Amino acid sequence: MSEKPQKDGIGIVATKYFNLPEGEKFVLESGIKLLELKIAYETYGELNDRKDNAVLICHALSGDAHAAGYHKGDKKPGWWDEMIGPGKAFDTDKYFVICANVIGGCKGSSGPNSIDTVTGKPYGLGFPIVSMKDMVNAQKKLVEVLGIEKLLAVSGGSMGGMQALQWTVSHPDMVISCIPVATTYKHSAQQIAFDEVGRQAIMADPTWEGGDYYEKAHPSAGLSVARMIGHITYMSNGSMEKKFGRMLKKEKLGYEFTTEFEVEGYLRYRGDSFVKRFDANSYLYLTKAMDYFDLQKDGKLTQAFKGVKTRFLVIAFSSDWLYPPFQSKEIVKALKLNGIDVTYCEISSQYGHDAFLLEFKEETKLVKYFLDNTHKKLGKNK
Amino acid sequence: MTSKRKEDLRLDHKIIGDMIESESMVLDLGCGDGDLLEYLTVSKDVKGSGVEISEDAIYSCVEKGLSVSHGDIDSGLREYPDLFFDYVIFNQTMRQVHKPKEAIKEALRIGKKVIVGFPNFCNLSARCQLFFGGRVPVTSSLPYTWYDTPNLHFLSIKDFQVFCDTSDLKVETKVFLSGKGRVKILPNLFALNAIFQISGR
Repeated sequence: MSEKPQKDGIGIVATKYFNLPEGEKFVLESGIKLLELKIAYETYGELNDRKDNAVLICHALSGDAHAAGYHKGDKKPGWWDEMIGPGKAFDTDKYFVICANVIGGCKGSSGPNSIDTVTGKPYGLGFPIVSMKDMVNAQKKLVEVLGIEKLLAVSGGSMGGMQALQWTVSHPDMVISCIPVATTYKHSAQQIAFDEVGRQAIMADPTWEGGDYYEKAHPSAGLSVARMIGHITYMSNGSMEKKFGRMLKKEKLGYEFTTEFEVEGYLRYRGDSFVKRFDANSYLYLTKAMDYFDLQKDGKLTQAFKGVKTRFLVIAFSSDWLYPPFQSKEIVKALKLNGIDVTYCEISSQYGHDAFLLEFKEETKLVKYFLDNTHKKLGKNK
Repeated sequence: MTSKRKEDLRLDHKIIGDMIESESMVLDLGCGDGDLLEYLTVSKDVKGSGVEISEDAIYSCVEKGLSVSHGDIDSGLREYPDLFFDYVIFNQTMRQVHKPKEAIKEALRIGKKVIVGFPNFCNLSARCQLFFGGRVPVTSSLPYTWYDTPNLHFLSIKDFQVFCDTSDLKVETKVFLSGKGRVKILPNLFALNAIFQISGR
């Protein structure tokens, strides 16, 4: 298969912000009304005259609105830069790509670290619990403000995939195609369990103080441990073995409780760098939203997709044990039983759950042609 | 694959295309690179889906704009609603299905008609290799030796006909092929491949 040479990336980009107009309320799934709602977002490419080329990218737990290109002065591009740009899978020469920070997050959209204008202080745990539906409804507000009636595609990996799936169920008429990657239709007991250990690590940190720590020391130790647990679930046994094995940081064992194995050092490094860029309370809110996530209706997934007309490309990775392929297959089965057009691929990979951020070549082969085809079909039907 | 065999397959595709009504719903089980599905989509305007086990073949199918599911035929069949398809196709794939009888039964649950294309194990060349050579036959339609064959089942045209008769299946049409074209006389002896279109009674 010949691959077109990829052109340069998007270049310099900047995050933009949308505020809910004054007087409007944003009603959450819990029934609680938010009087203020801010959404941080980025867009790449141009919306065409027919407004039929918009693609919404949804980020995962630790992601943000900065999916592609470079922020001024940054050395690292956005989190899915390999997939978004001119000539790439989400081709910005053809599509208008949007990515927004989820509500409950800490990268510019309303969340526990936002200032509550009533008190003048960060919300902390005063911020209401949000769900996957709420995240999607907030994105819908933004999409509508951008003048888009229908999205050509909604895509994302992991928690982003959950949002993409939720979009098709909550707003089926607005989504022409959906590309959920390395994800699930419900959090299983094991997935909830891992999240709960992460939350307990944060809440057991004495500096957490019931979430009211913004003017003091942050619960870095707790959040770091939560991230370390997360990272274990993102890798596979094989990829860990290959990367670290039993390699030591020094020449021999020191018979002391220091960071001796390479894998320990790696996890600590990952934990330490995470606390510099993420809010502990947000970690609680977003993992909670994932644990609440269950698309099933009356206990059945098939029921959830009734009436959905969206085309699907479902992608899973062979060594992903956090969101294993069998969960994606259940999605595919429920879609097929509803007569919904679906393509499924289990990409063979060693990288575990992280594969969705690493196996670009394979993902591109699928996404690029699927999107092209979806867009062409759209033209034909008009 | 030799060019001769490719031509043969194209004839396969053409014959299957002739059996199918335009704009129908088609499922191709073991669709490979999607050549047949693409042909049917272009020439017959069908709405097609495929099931395929090879990851590389999935990429080829997606590149062609086809909807395919990565998985094996046996489990893939169970995932569709009753009579969802007009045609369910097993072209050169039945011999790799674990339980052919169950697969055909399932195919007739999800599809109105089933098309089965398979190599004839009892054509003249195979019989000669077996009788005179004392070897398990290797022919252009069955080009594998015993140790590298993906095939689990070997059958003749007669075997399939008997299977249809005893399983209460109606044979709608059947076409027999040699390397060069259609075979009209003594197909079980002269045909390398057969394509049956069947339905439930």
